[in-house]
Amino acid sequence: MTQTDASPETTGEGRPRTTGSPAGVRTRRPDRATAGAGRLAALLVSPTLLVLTVVVLYPTLMALKESLYGPKGLDPATGFISDTEPFVGLRNYAEIFGEAGARFWNAFWNTTFFTVVTVGLETVTGVAMALIMHRAFRGRALVRAGILVPWAVPTAISGLLWRWIFNSDGVANALLGQQILWTTEGFHAKAAVIVAEVWKTAPFIGLLVLAGLQVIPKEVYEAARMDGARPVRQFWHITLPLVKPALLVAVLFRCMDALRMFDLPYILVGAQKHSVETLSMLAQNEAANVRFGPASAYAVILFLYVFLIALAFVRLLGTDLVGGGGRGRRGFLRRGEVTA
Amino acid sequence: MTTRTTTRAAALAATGLLLSACGSPGGGSGQAGAPSFEGRGPITYVAGKDTTGTVQPMLDRWNKAHPKEKVTFIQLPTDADAQRQQMIQNAETKSDAYTVLSLDVVWTSEFAAHQWIDELPGKRFPMGKMLKPVVETSKYRGGLYAVPSSSDGGMLYYRSDLLKKAGVAQPPVSWAEMTDACAKVKRLPEAKGMSCYAGQFQKYEGLTVNFAEAVHSAGGRVTDANGRPDVDTPEARKGLDFLVDSFKDRTIPKEAITYQEEDGRQAFQSGKLVFLRNWPYMYSLAQKSGVKGKFAVAPLPGLNGPGSSSLGGHNMAVSSSAKNKATALDFIEFMTSEENTATFLRDASLAPPYAALYDDEALIEQYPYLPVLKESVLRAVPRPRVVPYGDVTAAVQREAYAALTGEKSSAQALKDLRKALRKTAAE
Repeated sequence: MTQTDASPETTGEGRPRTTGSPAGVRTRRPDRATAGAGRLAALLVSPTLLVLTVVVLYPTLMALKESLYGPKGLDPATGFISDTEPFVGLRNYAEIFGEAGARFWNAFWNTTFFTVVTVGLETVTGVAMALIMHRAFRGRALVRAGILVPWAVPTAISGLLWRWIFNSDGVANALLGQQILWTTEGFHAKAAVIVAEVWKTAPFIGLLVLAGLQVIPKEVYEAARMDGARPVRQFWHITLPLVKPALLVAVLFRCMDALRMFDLPYILVGAQKHSVETLSMLAQNEAANVRFGPASAYAVILFLYVFLIALAFVRLLGTDLVGGGGRGRRGFLRRGEVTA
Repeated sequence: MTTRTTTRAAALAATGLLLSACGSPGGGSGQAGAPSFEGRGPITYVAGKDTTGTVQPMLDRWNKAHPKEKVTFIQLPTDADAQRQQMIQNAETKSDAYTVLSLDVVWTSEFAAHQWIDELPGKRFPMGKMLKPVVETSKYRGGLYAVPSSSDGGMLYYRSDLLKKAGVAQPPVSWAEMTDACAKVKRLPEAKGMSCYAGQFQKYEGLTVNFAEAVHSAGGRVTDANGRPDVDTPEARKGLDFLVDSFKDRTIPKEAITYQEEDGRQAFQSGKLVFLRNWPYMYSLAQKSGVKGKFAVAPLPGLNGPGSSSLGGHNMAVSSSAKNKATALDFIEFMTSEENTATFLRDASLAPPYAALYDDEALIEQYPYLPVLKESVLRAVPRPRVVPYGDVTAAVQREAYAALTGEKSSAQALKDLRKALRKTAAE
């Protein structure tokens, strides 16, 4: 089981094959598979683990360590900043609950608000887009390409584009016939970010859901039609349950992306704007002001937050997929329910 | 099962990316003691992206004359914050990749206090021939840490055609004169729908510049000579009140709260503004627009008579962790010489630090605004010269913005600003 998990990750590396060939020979014996296969698996995974240690584990631990240090102090006599950072223990974390915490909580709620609202809207529009892209009609290729264009635009560029749209005499105000100053502090700034974010990333959900739609066998719909199920009922009872695994993966990825949101509010509305400041922006701002300790503390908290959400999703996905064996089989089971 | 593991791995990878992007190790130790400028050999010159194409030809001239001490140009992003961050990263890792740094004038104190740059031997450079406010921006606690290579000051752009038509002979010297002139202009039929004045009031560095100008122009100050906050004064309040009241009575249009330099320029060029505070870069651009020949520049107005501008521009400094510092000093001398700054003025319209160049006939013919700019720079007051400049400008932006949008009274905003500045100074 573990072997199948590991092999796709190590293909292409080629290195595990050459290392320790006697061990390899021993493990190929089928009778004593468990211990030997485990060792081979460990060997095969080790390059991946090494890379992960260097690029993930080490920076994570460094950030954890850094978060225990405070900013360097200024020596009033010499006018120079001291050489070393003072060890402050958990004070960077404790300050979140103190006077300086207002900015953190504001960023925390902004991040959560953006995630919930944008991912919610993206899911609805993304599924709608996928349904449109999935239908057979003339010019389908054009529509598909058109829908996917926003996803292909780099976020920084789309931020600039939307800044023009939300300019005081930009397109948005011309269409609405009002003069809303979108990039000033206030709820309208949040709205501007949400609109731009949904525009940009709904196609991503659309794309993944489209992939999910394409593996649903046609017979299921034929059967449903024969049984007189109308399109709405078909959608709720066939399309949505069958596309759910793909949709959940898409939503998970979007959630993690949205929690780390930085560039869009930063470019569209601006740094230092409390209405749209996210946790990533806060951490970046602290680091930019040479306070690496608090910056790391915020980053660690964001890391834990993202990790918890990811874990919750994986659990959710796991329970959903375990026992099903595969999408196809589940699909036929569901058809049974519909036809029954 | 496979799906589950991959998802988990993906989740882990994604969160890992986040951290590696944010976590950044600090630490390290700086060396104390007087810096020695020894060693000759190849060095690097580090500055923001050169959009004018004038830097490399200048370096080529140097390299031709100094084949054993060649300078390589390292271009950083156009964005000032990104430049600062890369320079700090280089300093924190004690790398010798960067030798001569082109610093924004407001960074000098921070870089000097962290000992990221070396104190320079002041006698080597002709500081006496430079404009005094410009020289001030290169000092920290009395020591010279950088040499000015270019300067910049705000000017009042105004519609000379409309002022003339309305019977206003001279550009306004004070804020009251400006609003009077504006009222006269607005009675003209062609001034229909125009607004009076604008600057840069979006919540960004431009707001700090404009706020500091208003406060200084009313006789107040943001910080004293030692960087201690002194902003909760009646003078400072009069300065801030000018901006707040102008927003209230629509002297400044409502949308100006979103203006950066370019937005204001667009508005002025499309005939929406009578007066605009902006930098000299706008002059040649406006000459190519619809207001060509219909505008002129004047020094910034103030409460009772001429106001004072904030200062822009760049200073050159030597990275403390660099090698070949003797070459670095020579190179700075070369780049900041009167002759070469004149070349940068001619080819890239960079305002020079030398007083004499502003009176040069040929240069004035090329840049008619030079006499006005000289006056502006001479009367300029640098933005607060403090070590945690990032925190100070953030506090200024926050409180000034709150006052301009009417969220706070100007008295309350200044009180809160003083408190915030005290806190950053104490840290």
